[in-house]
Amino acid sequence: MNFYNDNESLKFYLTHPEMGRIAAMKERDFAEHGQYPDAPADAAEAVENYDRILSLVGEIAGDVVAPNAEEVDHEGPHIEDNRVVYAEGTQRNYETLTKAGLMGISMPRRYHGLNFPYVPFIMTTEIISRADTGFSTIWSLQDCAETVRAFADEALKDKFLPRIYEGATCSMDLTEPDAGSDLQAVRLKATYDESAGCWRLNGVKRFITNGGADLHLVLARSEEGTTDGRGLSYFLFDKQDGGLTVRRLENKMGIKGSPTAELVFTNAPAHIIGERRFGLIKYVMTLMNDARLGVGSQSVGLSEAACREAERYAAEREQFGQAIAAFPAVRDLLLAMRARTDATRTLLYETARMVDLCKGYEDLGRPMTPEERTAYKWAQRSADMLTPLLKLSASEFANRNAYDCIQVHGGSGFMKEYACERLYRDARILSIYEGTSQLQVVAAQKGLSNGAYLTKIGEYDALPFHAELEPLRAMLREAVEDFKALAALPNTAESAYDFKRMQTDVVAAVIMGYLLLADCDRQLKGDTSCSRSFMPSARYMAAYARAEAARSLQMAKAYSL
Amino acid sequence: MSYKIVVLIKQVPDTQNVGPDAMNADGTVNRAALPAIFNPEDLKALEMALQVKDKYPESRVTVLTMGPERAASIIRDALSRGADNGIIVSDIRFAGSDTLATSYALACAIRKTGHYDLIFGGRQAIDGDTAQVGPQVAEKLDLPQVTYAERLLSLKDDTITLTRRLDNGVETVEATLPLLVTVTASAPDCRYPHAHRLLQYAKTQPEIWNADAISPEMERLGLKGSPTKVKKIDNVVLAHKEGVRIENSDAAIGELVVSLMEDHIIG
Repeated sequence: MNFYNDNESLKFYLTHPEMGRIAAMKERDFAEHGQYPDAPADAAEAVENYDRILSLVGEIAGDVVAPNAEEVDHEGPHIEDNRVVYAEGTQRNYETLTKAGLMGISMPRRYHGLNFPYVPFIMTTEIISRADTGFSTIWSLQDCAETVRAFADEALKDKFLPRIYEGATCSMDLTEPDAGSDLQAVRLKATYDESAGCWRLNGVKRFITNGGADLHLVLARSEEGTTDGRGLSYFLFDKQDGGLTVRRLENKMGIKGSPTAELVFTNAPAHIIGERRFGLIKYVMTLMNDARLGVGSQSVGLSEAACREAERYAAEREQFGQAIAAFPAVRDLLLAMRARTDATRTLLYETARMVDLCKGYEDLGRPMTPEERTAYKWAQRSADMLTPLLKLSASEFANRNAYDCIQVHGGSGFMKEYACERLYRDARILSIYEGTSQLQVVAAQKGLSNGAYLTKIGEYDALPFHAELEPLRAMLREAVEDFKALAALPNTAESAYDFKRMQTDVVAAVIMGYLLLADCDRQLKGDTSCSRSFMPSARYMAAYARAEAARSLQMAKAYSL
Repeated sequence: MSYKIVVLIKQVPDTQNVGPDAMNADGTVNRAALPAIFNPEDLKALEMALQVKDKYPESRVTVLTMGPERAASIIRDALSRGADNGIIVSDIRFAGSDTLATSYALACAIRKTGHYDLIFGGRQAIDGDTAQVGPQVAEKLDLPQVTYAERLLSLKDDTITLTRRLDNGVETVEATLPLLVTVTASAPDCRYPHAHRLLQYAKTQPEIWNADAISPEMERLGLKGSPTKVKKIDNVVLAHKEGVRIENSDAAIGELVVSLMEDHIIG
């Protein structure tokens, strides 16, 4: 099984018309060609390279990670001599991927990385998550390298980036018992030790994913007497240096192969990343957006797994003399699952492209021209607007898909024998970690109130679509009218019900609808990279957006009476 | 310490994943309907060779295949997994080779590569299932051979220790280099391609040696050099009960030879 080659929709987004520009920017106009044997000569070769590596990741995901998933879920990690020991299957997964040279997908070549942009990296996370969502948390933490690359000094990069490539595991140590969603409340203390010439960390971190990692990025209070985010700095801690105790591992409902640890730092020596006081407000905020994109990709991967489990079961299981997939009630479930998966995937790669454009402009290696600056600002605004919609919709839809997957299985789905039971448990964290769904609504609030989302939707609506798609476009326009009416309802304090979640859901559905229309348009105009048509999903999403908008408006009106 | 290693590999139709159109009406394999893959046991042979290179990094692993030029894809695959170079022996004059002519051509090609310490190959290819080419190459190069090898236990100077997977158990053998080893299906899986190598060798065109390049006696090549004459091909499904176990004794082998002669299979 190859989880990349058997899913043509990935190739469809990999060959999106914008990918050439993204590759050229990431490769700084292919300056490293000739300098490194694997550096591409042009955009076409760069995209071919992404395709080859994705195929390798897809093979390992299908042949190693997926078959290990069930056993890993049962066995889980444990603590041994203050060390977190992964389940045996997790160790095999990690070792196989490390030996295949895949632990530096987006790292620069001088640190042995592949220098890939975000879109293909995010595809690897989607592929790995389809195989085992719990393991994808460990896999995607290789992206800690990006924080080190972007903000640490040269000496730290030279010392630690090659180690990540060689298989050193990573964690981001942010949350504490009293600082979850509110990271400004972080208390873990960092003090500068003059005699040793290094920083020392003291305090407790809780709910740390992959907390037994070799390398830790730690958010800590370096400015004594401060109480908000401006007193926090970001540190790199190497477990080999000592001073870290793994106090316990959480017993979780899902992603059980991924160790979630409580950590105690005692005079632990650490290196500062970048400048003091920028820990939360700059470095973690940047990383948090990437992490939300990561959860979006985990969610889409899990949705894909749920779709396939359900489709396969419905095709094989017979009742009343025929496969249950033939019954309209089951067919509807499958259609909706596929549509949600396609819709969140197209939003995922649109968001990832925007992030790539941003990073590309930031990393040009020369000042931007005025046109480039305008394009950069646009991409940055787009990424900031789309990221919360993605995190919200992809994770909520993944939960719905996991629920429906069990529904398709009927009574069998309630038993432990089928993978859908694990998917259901694994999905539950997606709408919680790296910012709950409710926090995504808060993140979208500004764009909802200042009209930015309407402007964004206007951009999509200005696209010329194939005539066949016009009826669907009309549905989306109607949904937008209802959204405007919903947003214009007086916000009465006495109603005590905030309709922002509904507004966010509607905007997300409309944008996913437009993105699917753009995908159908590409197909209708001759793109054959995905042989399956996106039309059924586009039709479903347009109708869904239309209905969600109307329902939300009605509910808000009725409640406000 | 370092070793010169040759791995014999073959591109084969994927007979393990056959669709309904895999066979032609006349019982021959419809190659167009089957994807071409790296013969699975040859991949395991490559892994064993790479294990030698892991231990003695100065060693050099050359993969060698006889076949059409499109076999370049398995050479590239082998390079991405760690082989140092690859050669395709390809010529229309090799067409129609049976195992005798194939092993002759491969032996000539191996000689041309120069000095060699170890030759690895899969036990057999999934398209022909003869398991004859490896042993015949050893004979033609006048080398000792270890067949059905499963694990490489140790290698030091010119002494190698291997296990062999046999019907009734596992045998540990020690042999002296130079040596030919055929590797069986239960040997460890080959490592995955390495990302950097995968990209580096993605477009490599391997060296191609034609018949003249390997200096053979021309009449021993291709159809001319192949005593096997295919008279007719039948679709046969063998049941397990039709198998006969031959004891390892002179008397039993004598009986086998007599029975083969009676059936006009040999003699």
